[in-house]
Amino acid sequence: MTTESGTDSEAKQPQENKETEKAKAAAEPTSPQNQPEQLPAAAGHSTPARTEQERQEEDLVSHRSSTSRLSRSPLRGVKKVKIMQCKVTLLDGSDFTLNVEKRAKGQVLFDKICDHLNLLERDYFGITCRDVENQKNWLDPSKELKKQIRTGPWNFAFNVKFYPPDPSQLTEDITRYYLCLQLRDDVVSGRLPCSFATHTVLGSYTVQSELGDYDPEELGSDYISELRFAPNQTKELEEKVMELHKTYKGMTPAEAEMHFLENAKKLSMYGVDLHHAKLVGSLYECLAPAEGEDSEGVEIMLGVCSSGLLIYRDRLRINRFAWPKILKISYKRNNFYIKIRPGEFEQFESTIGFKLPNHRAAKRLWKVCVEHHTFFRLVSPDAPPKKFLSLGSKFRYSGRTQAQTRRASSQIIRPAPLFERSSSKRYNMSRSLDGAPIMENHETLMKDSAADGAAKVIAKGDIITTVTTEKKAEEEKAEQEDAQMDAVEMPEPMATTPLRQDTKTDSEQTDFAFDGEMTATESDADEDSEMRTQTQDEKPAGEGTKEEVEPKVTEAAGYLVKYVVDSIATDLATSSGPHGISLSTTMDDDVFMDGTLREVDEKTPDSQEEVSERAEMKVSPGAVRQEVSQAISDKKGTLIILKEAEDKVDTEGKETSAADEEEAPVVPGEAEAGENEMLSKEKEYIKEDMSVVLEAKTTVVKTQSPTMEIKTDDMTQIKGSGSPKKAMASWISEGVKTDASEVIGVSTKQVKEMKTFDAMQQKAEIFTFVKEVQTEQSKSSLTQITVSESSSTSLSVSTLGWVSSSEKASAEPEERAVVATETEAAPVESTGPTSLDAVEVGTKEMPVVHTETKTITYESAEVDTNGDVDPGVLLSAQTITSETSSTTTTTHITKTVKGGISETRIEKRIVITGDTDIDHDQALAQAIKEAKEQHPDMSVTKVVVHKETEITPEDGED
Amino acid sequence: MAGLMVGFGHYTHAIVRGIPASLAKEALRSSQSEVDVVNARREHEAYVEVLGTRLGLEVVELPADESLPDCVFVEDAAVVCGDTALITRPGAESRRRETEAMKGALKDLNLNIVEMTDENATLDGGDVLFTGREFFVGLSKRTNQRGAEILADAFKDYAVSTVPVLEGLHLKSFCSMGGPGLIVIGSSEPAQKALKIMQQMSDHRYDKLTVPDDLAANCIYMNLPNKGHVLLHPTAEEFPESVKVFEKLKDHMLIPVSNMEKVKVDGALTCCSVLINKKGNI
Repeated sequence: MTTESGTDSEAKQPQENKETEKAKAAAEPTSPQNQPEQLPAAAGHSTPARTEQERQEEDLVSHRSSTSRLSRSPLRGVKKVKIMQCKVTLLDGSDFTLNVEKRAKGQVLFDKICDHLNLLERDYFGITCRDVENQKNWLDPSKELKKQIRTGPWNFAFNVKFYPPDPSQLTEDITRYYLCLQLRDDVVSGRLPCSFATHTVLGSYTVQSELGDYDPEELGSDYISELRFAPNQTKELEEKVMELHKTYKGMTPAEAEMHFLENAKKLSMYGVDLHHAKLVGSLYECLAPAEGEDSEGVEIMLGVCSSGLLIYRDRLRINRFAWPKILKISYKRNNFYIKIRPGEFEQFESTIGFKLPNHRAAKRLWKVCVEHHTFFRLVSPDAPPKKFLSLGSKFRYSGRTQAQTRRASSQIIRPAPLFERSSSKRYNMSRSLDGAPIMENHETLMKDSAADGAAKVIAKGDIITTVTTEKKAEEEKAEQEDAQMDAVEMPEPMATTPLRQDTKTDSEQTDFAFDGEMTATESDADEDSEMRTQTQDEKPAGEGTKEEVEPKVTEAAGYLVKYVVDSIATDLATSSGPHGISLSTTMDDDVFMDGTLREVDEKTPDSQEEVSERAEMKVSPGAVRQEVSQAISDKKGTLIILKEAEDKVDTEGKETSAADEEEAPVVPGEAEAGENEMLSKEKEYIKEDMSVVLEAKTTVVKTQSPTMEIKTDDMTQIKGSGSPKKAMASWISEGVKTDASEVIGVSTKQVKEMKTFDAMQQKAEIFTFVKEVQTEQSKSSLTQITVSESSSTSLSVSTLGWVSSSEKASAEPEERAVVATETEAAPVESTGPTSLDAVEVGTKEMPVVHTETKTITYESAEVDTNGDVDPGVLLSAQTITSETSSTTTTTHITKTVKGGISETRIEKRIVITGDTDIDHDQALAQAIKEAKEQHPDMSVTKVVVHKETEITPEDGED
Repeated sequence: MAGLMVGFGHYTHAIVRGIPASLAKEALRSSQSEVDVVNARREHEAYVEVLGTRLGLEVVELPADESLPDCVFVEDAAVVCGDTALITRPGAESRRRETEAMKGALKDLNLNIVEMTDENATLDGGDVLFTGREFFVGLSKRTNQRGAEILADAFKDYAVSTVPVLEGLHLKSFCSMGGPGLIVIGSSEPAQKALKIMQQMSDHRYDKLTVPDDLAANCIYMNLPNKGHVLLHPTAEEFPESVKVFEKLKDHMLIPVSNMEKVKVDGALTCCSVLINKKGNI
């Protein structure tokens, strides 16, 4: 890892701290142990905390450092610390390079930078990074860095986030200095427009601050053209600046900065964060339209500032909504909504919608609004509910508010730090300006990149696989489960794209869950219900009424549904077309995603009614999800959730009635399950996760659209659907859903590092859900069974590949052993999918059993396929089996190390029980394709197809 | 110390223009009324005298142009703020050439001239309310969005908000500044509505002084050395009730200025001058 000495940036740093700074600058770049939680930051270390193995592997790891993930477990003693080098562009334009642990949260980086800058009044500042669209996003200090960086190198910028309306109230000069630097950049880049006169005045104070008194002998006559004051700097401007500069003799830098700020703060665009948008609908009463003009679709800019939300058309302010005037802010897909308190001339609250370029832009705007509101309007983030901006999503501003930071900074007792104000690079003429004009926020638009709940989940599934792959040699088998869990916890994309953000923390999931309906409200009463309602109805207005009607129901439904929804992209797509779409777009490398996409395509055209129907029945929409996820994140007891879920079922009941009954008993039992079972359960879950991925593929291949419909409708419909295939499809998808839901549960849990106890609860939930699904299946099975029996086909695709640097062969014998183990594990879990099947069998009809049997057969066959064996050290091996009545997916993942090279082998076996109509070739092709997509780094080395005709002799397939 | 946006109401110069005889018949007006040019000129002389003699402003008096019957209403031809002067493009076609003389006068005062050349833009200075902290531009029969945009571009330091003017000729037909942060506003519903909009649009707080007569709400505020707050307002003869309201302004030097003739052609107090502050400028 190359590190910069830091001298560069340091030069600009406060002199007084020079020594300290130097030490830091020298130390930080090289000190890898920036892991806040575990190791105390020991300045001065160089390359310290890296673990042995990591070093050994460095060669291998280095290029894939971005791509590969180490599995870490809090439980394990050995910690692998991945160190990332961050380049932070400071306010003076210099770059500050430092290292942080890969898993470090944003706060760690932020604190390091502030330390480096000797900055105490930090709350006005933040870190930005550019996303793929080159949009600036604020890092969330409470989230891990790696989850917030989508692609590319870890480059950041340190910026003012909240512009104090009255900079004179800042306590320290050094804080004002940095604010000045930010404003100078704002001015020079054009983000902060000002008149010629203002350029002159600001420029003159800048010169005074940086260069001191006018002194022709020392400065020369052309000293001023070295500096940048304006986007289009003219000689005339420079002369005027110089003229003024001459009059400032004796003014201290701090005074000059104060004057600078006193002028800058009056500028109308001071501290206004602009976002491109379009008006949605005609809003004459809210806006002042040009004569005879329809305001629909008019291009505008939304400006977020300390006092509220400003709306600009071109350079004209056409409206302004002070924070107190705004009852609620929300976003849904590309749309951003504000609900306005009725004014003197209006009787009713009104909701104004804006169309943002894309989903991410809408979310970004929403977040900025939430943060600004909290920072400037609230006394504290935990202010009483009345004043509180309550949000649907987990996201909220967690830092100090302005009031708090003022209070805190009034306690600052250090002597005013001395610091050097050297001419900042940024403003040198020679330097190309990086700032863009006002539009900066959205230069690149319209890439519909979205991060969504489903996507994440999928990613996780993916990740799991990946992780397993990358296990380290030192890992012991005993630790495998842990490792797997960890894997979930630290999802890392296996794909070549290293630092993508796809893998989300649970909190992000929450966000996503909310996607559509994040709400920030000042009046507490409506919010929750509204959020819920929002999902279902697209119109922001008129939600209010619905709120009270079905809060509980929705909630309850949420739980059950939630898992399903979240976990399965397909499902998501079904329940809410739009979501699905965005999701899929985001996650390009996921099979699930693909599936989603396709599905969406097919589904979207469908009548909205259908969609909504589904939403209600099966998957009550995102809103519910939100709550669920929130509950989870809050670590509320799962039991509660379950109860609610039951209620819900009852209420909604018709379809699921059978399910509830089953559910209720099961849940408690599971929750009570001993801790010993935990491990095995976890294991199973993981397996299931894997299988989910696989299964999803299958589903995608064969059943996408039909599935949706069936689910939506009642059993009757299934029967009516006539085509056995369809029915099958639904089956499969349902199975997938079930699994997926589990995945979610697990991953969420792990990410959060919940305790085992919590984990248990979650599992319980999951199981419940599974059962429910199965119950449904049983109902439908009447029709289906026949179908499935007629023929069964299995596809087994094994993917073998290597991660960038390492390649190897896997050890067969071990694998087998593993398999055996797993088999054992399965029985242990009474609630596992297998057992579910059993239940099903009991409930249902014989044919199902038959199908399963066949699946098993395939598994054994597969073991054989592993044939090519190299002796080596088996790092890990894992077999995951999931079954539904119609499909069985088995995944073997083995990781071996041989002679320092590690190999990962993933074998996936997909057994599809289906009807004659299945196009096997196509299915196979699809499966391969998706396997490739899923693991771009790996190559498919073997494909084995087994076809088996069952009892019914009629199928002549090949 | 150089400072921006300080000294609201500080003026050193005023540009005015004579009344052509054509005003009587040809000047635009919203109501049918006979104008006595002699009375109008007398009235105007008094007005100019207040500015120059009583208040000590340096008055630049442009000669009347018979081909421009409305030329006395110089306010519409230019918007001056700080050291920048925006030469407008008046909404009434017959008044477009009024800007020529105005431009010359402003150039002579060494102001930075910005011209509104866009043929789609119209703007009357009477629609521009500068509060000291920001601009409000009335979107009226005479002023359109494009005109407002150009104004916003000319005065980048300030927020420029648009306000629909549903009744009356100009935004300032029913309001004006009565002091720093004090808006004098008529009591008609359209006026009150416009005020609400302005208040909503603004980051700043304004006090309001509501007068019974919309037309009386057009006043000229200045903050002059040795005189303090000065308010030129219509006479009690015209608007007795409104003047009672003005008289509550204890800190202001109140100067009633008759405007009975010019008002017949929609001329208000602010219409007849362009005020400039040369001293504080850089």
